[in-house]
Amino acid sequence: MAATAGAACRAVVARDLLIAARRRSDVLTTFFFFVIVVSLFPLGVGPEPGTLREIAPGVVWVAALLAAMLSLARMFGADYADGTLEQLVLTPQPLTLLVLSKVLAHWLTTGLPLVLVAPVLGLQFDLPGDALATLLVSLLIGTPALSLIGAVGAALTLGVRGGGALTSLLVLPLYVPVLVFGAGAVTASATGMGVAGHLSLLGAMSLTALVLAPWAISVALRIALE
Amino acid sequence: MGFTNLNIWKYSSPQTFYPLAGRMVPWFMGVAVVLGLIGLYIALFAAPTDFQQGDAYRIIFIHVPAAWMSMFTYLVMAFWAGIGLAFNTRLSSMMAHALAPTGALMTFIALWTGAFWGRPTWGAWWVWDARLTSELILLFLYMGYLSLVAAIDDPRRADKASAVLALVGAINVPIIYFSVKWWNTLHQGSSVSITRAPSMASIMLTGMLVMVFAFWAYSIAAALMRVRCEILERERDAAWTRELKKS
Repeated sequence: MAATAGAACRAVVARDLLIAARRRSDVLTTFFFFVIVVSLFPLGVGPEPGTLREIAPGVVWVAALLAAMLSLARMFGADYADGTLEQLVLTPQPLTLLVLSKVLAHWLTTGLPLVLVAPVLGLQFDLPGDALATLLVSLLIGTPALSLIGAVGAALTLGVRGGGALTSLLVLPLYVPVLVFGAGAVTASATGMGVAGHLSLLGAMSLTALVLAPWAISVALRIALE
Repeated sequence: MGFTNLNIWKYSSPQTFYPLAGRMVPWFMGVAVVLGLIGLYIALFAAPTDFQQGDAYRIIFIHVPAAWMSMFTYLVMAFWAGIGLAFNTRLSSMMAHALAPTGALMTFIALWTGAFWGRPTWGAWWVWDARLTSELILLFLYMGYLSLVAAIDDPRRADKASAVLALVGAINVPIIYFSVKWWNTLHQGSSVSITRAPSMASIMLTGMLVMVFAFWAYSIAAALMRVRCEILERERDAAWTRELKKS
């Protein structure tokens, strides 16, 4: 008897979370990569609080982009290698929903930890309280778009020569709008301007990605498995 | 034979398109050379010196057509890639691959000439302005497309995967453009627009339009030449290419 789509999605999410829990180092690597990259900037730029406050939004957001990108290889890589992905594609449930569940699990294990630690890193850069809150909210709204767009790149480069570097070449240009408005929101907040416009646009991007990306991901996965 | 029995699908097969492209290339190349010479004559001799920018403005005769072609070529490429993905037609995908290097070249020329124009006019080789930035990101998109095509050995898979990328990129191009536009705008307003009268002397406009058509003709000729190579490479084991080799 075929499971309902909802049950299948829950099973996919639960399985991916269980794998992440068993292989904690994978999740922690991305997390600490983010922390280290952000901490490098004060060492390179110098410790003046004024400069740090100014560059903080951009630095944290760029580091989030890079961390999200680094973790992309894990999204489908192991499932592709051991044949799980083929089974997923063959199931009667809609593939778009199943890949959406995989992206959700990926976001929960890589995106969400970045969101939660970002305010602590913002303190290192002497960001005021409002800006810290905006940083948290902007990352919360923006990182799902990073996972969704990134998944398209990850699916396209499955089993392809030079996978990792190629994925970054495909995905990073597409991340630009998210970066612009994510970092823009934090800068606007730090300089006392309204953040609603930036956050609305960021939300619009995440929602657009939520609608279109699962389709592109499933097409890309079917191409990879042909 | 009347016009009504003309079979428009006839040239959608590589075998019939190959000789047709071969016949079209010299014409488009000829048009490109003739219009290019006329355009350059207008640009360098006929057009007057600009009272504000001096002779430096003459770069726009190369810069503007290249910038237009760079964006337009991406859309055409995405269109053919989409057709190839939807209808599984080999020639459409080959056309998309053939257009990409020309588009990347146009993007590069637009950026390069823009830097040469910016130095005397703005006093800087590069500024982080909306159009420059979106043009740079367009170059990255072309590079991503070309590297994805190059990285996949199976040509059919490369066709489809790159088509998905081209379509995702095409959706993103306007989003990227508006996001960087709101992010920072320093670039001067458009000098040519459909809704209002152009703010430049008509001889300059004529020169620029001639150059635009020259760039069009060149891009078409270059894409057709490249698609011919692509067809020969893909169909090297087909009977008709073997016969072609013998003759």
